Amino acid sequence: MILAGVAPGDRVYQLAITAFALVVPALLVLIAIAIGVAAWPAFATAGLSFITSSEWNVQAGKFGAAPAIYGTLVSSFIALLLATPLAVGVAIFLSEIAPKWLRQPVAFLVDLLAAIPSVVYGLWGIFFLVPMLREHVVPFLRDTLHLGSTPLFSGPAYGPSMLAAGVILAIMALPYISAVTREVLLAVPRSQRDAALALGATKWEMIWDAVIPYARSGIIGGIILGLGRALGETMAVTMVIGNRPEISASLLAPGYTMASLIANEFTEATSDLHLSALMAVGAVLFTITLIVNAIARWLVWRVASGPRS
Amino acid sequence: MNVAAPVTPTVEARNFSFWYGKKQALYDITLTMPPRSITALIGPSGCGKSTFLRSINRMNDTIPGARHEGSILLRERDVYARDMDVVHLRHRVGMVFQRWNPFPKSIYDNVAYGPRINSGLRGRELDEVVERSLRRAALWEEVKDRLRQSALSLSGGQQQRLCIARALANQPEVLLLDEPASALDPGSTQKIEQLLSELKSELAIVIVTHNLQQAGRVSDYTAFFYLGRLVECDDTARLFTTPREQQTEAYITGRFG
Ligand SMILES: Nc1ncnc2c1ncn2[C@@H]1O[C@H](COP(=O)(O)OP(=O)(O)OP(=O)(O)O)[C@@H](O)[C@H]1O
Ligand SMILES: [Mg+2]
Repeated sequence: MILAGVAPGDRVYQLAITAFALVVPALLVLIAIAIGVAAWPAFATAGLSFITSSEWNVQAGKFGAAPAIYGTLVSSFIALLLATPLAVGVAIFLSEIAPKWLRQPVAFLVDLLAAIPSVVYGLWGIFFLVPMLREHVVPFLRDTLHLGSTPLFSGPAYGPSMLAAGVILAIMALPYISAVTREVLLAVPRSQRDAALALGATKWEMIWDAVIPYARSGIIGGIILGLGRALGETMAVTMVIGNRPEISASLLAPGYTMASLIANEFTEATSDLHLSALMAVGAVLFTITLIVNAIARWLVWRVASGPRS
Repeated sequence: MNVAAPVTPTVEARNFSFWYGKKQALYDITLTMPPRSITALIGPSGCGKSTFLRSINRMNDTIPGARHEGSILLRERDVYARDMDVVHLRHRVGMVFQRWNPFPKSIYDNVAYGPRINSGLRGRELDEVVERSLRRAALWEEVKDRLRQSALSLSGGQQQRLCIARALANQPEVLLLDEPASALDPGSTQKIEQLLSELKSELAIVIVTHNLQQAGRVSDYTAFFYLGRLVECDDTARLFTTPREQQTEAYITGRFG
């Protein structure tokens, strides 16, 4: 037994610590169970159509959350697509290239992006990002790059859209990805850099061939952490995505996310089934973020414990 | 070879001094390292052996505040000359570190790294270079069936020989080794010593070692460093039997260091 041969005072202390330590995972399990139980009636009513159907009609008792699930996944995917190269680039700049005196201040400013309240991002999105997308970016995509004929950028562009949500999420996820990437790049041992340089690698070859591959799984962990952030973000997205429960191929069309759906309907949900349906949306979101985080942890752990074959 | 003609040293330091910021680490080193021979650098910890070694392939360039005076010549050309391309210099001067540092890639990719980036070799040609380098590092027989496996699956001694193979793949003119066997078991150490003795027919080797027996066994010339100065450099047999300087004698008889 772990407690054998320990002084009484230490014993009490150990028990207390162990109890506290067990409370946290217990809490997680309890939340999962509570959500699961509350969500069950909705899952039972809607069946598989809960995740496949687009029909969300509270009066008729139809709960098809597909547009919200789709919107969450797509907006987060756009966010990663935009944020990853930028964040990794910033991290490489800060850890490998920038002069020493510039590193701390810039890193601090990037970290500060994570401290801006999401409602402020939402306001900025409404008053700056959405008009800018409509007036400059969309014409550029259509007229200059001739992407208007592709389904992704077709149809009318009023303003609030999946694209706006993706861009906002990209900015919000960026500091997370870049902070983690910077840490893992700095953790790459001197000996790996020396090995590449001593073989005649240029600085860039050293970065690409020795530093980044060594840090790869840690960087992926950072990206997934950013994804977790994007998946759960509610306020800013709700303010710019347009909140229309439809699946549209065009990124310029409004959309919906699971988090916005819950936030929008929670106050007006009066029937038990409606509440249960919102809980069920929460359960799906919870499951997705849980899986994403587990993968992130695993990848970061792998890089922390050294690369294997 | 014309016996009368003096041999051009592969590496030659002329009045070389080195500073880490304000701290001077090397004082006025003048030393020649002939081709096809092994030169051992010995001396107590902190006397500047690694600093000197890393000055030859300019690995010290990456240290902020590092500064030098005097020159180091590689085949009569100053490695610190303005028109010397550092990348090309490191291609010509291989280096093996105390702590083996293979990339977390396959055995093959480790050895192929240098030729790939330096001469863009591919395919059959690259296979041949990899095989030849592994053979020269006495590792081929042990790894020929597992070239695609991770280098990190090898034992410590094998990883160090892989690092030697990786350096040899660039066809260097000089091989610098900084205590290559100090963290290895006697068996692996012996393999590396034997391999160095075989390699010296092809290139100049400079090895830093704390193990005086090792210096005695493998090297042709030995240079004794003390507090950043070169105390004496001589034929290994002579330096160990009849050192000229008292400090050298004290060191090799184990009275300090
Ligand atoms: N990056 C550095 N910055 C500042 N001083 C350094 C640096 N590297 C080495 N030194 C100093 O320079 C001196 C020579 O160090 P060096 O590593 O060359 O010694 P060494 O002979 O290789 O020692 P050892 O046998 O312990 O490896 C030491 O006093 C050391 O503290
Ligand atoms: Mg040293």
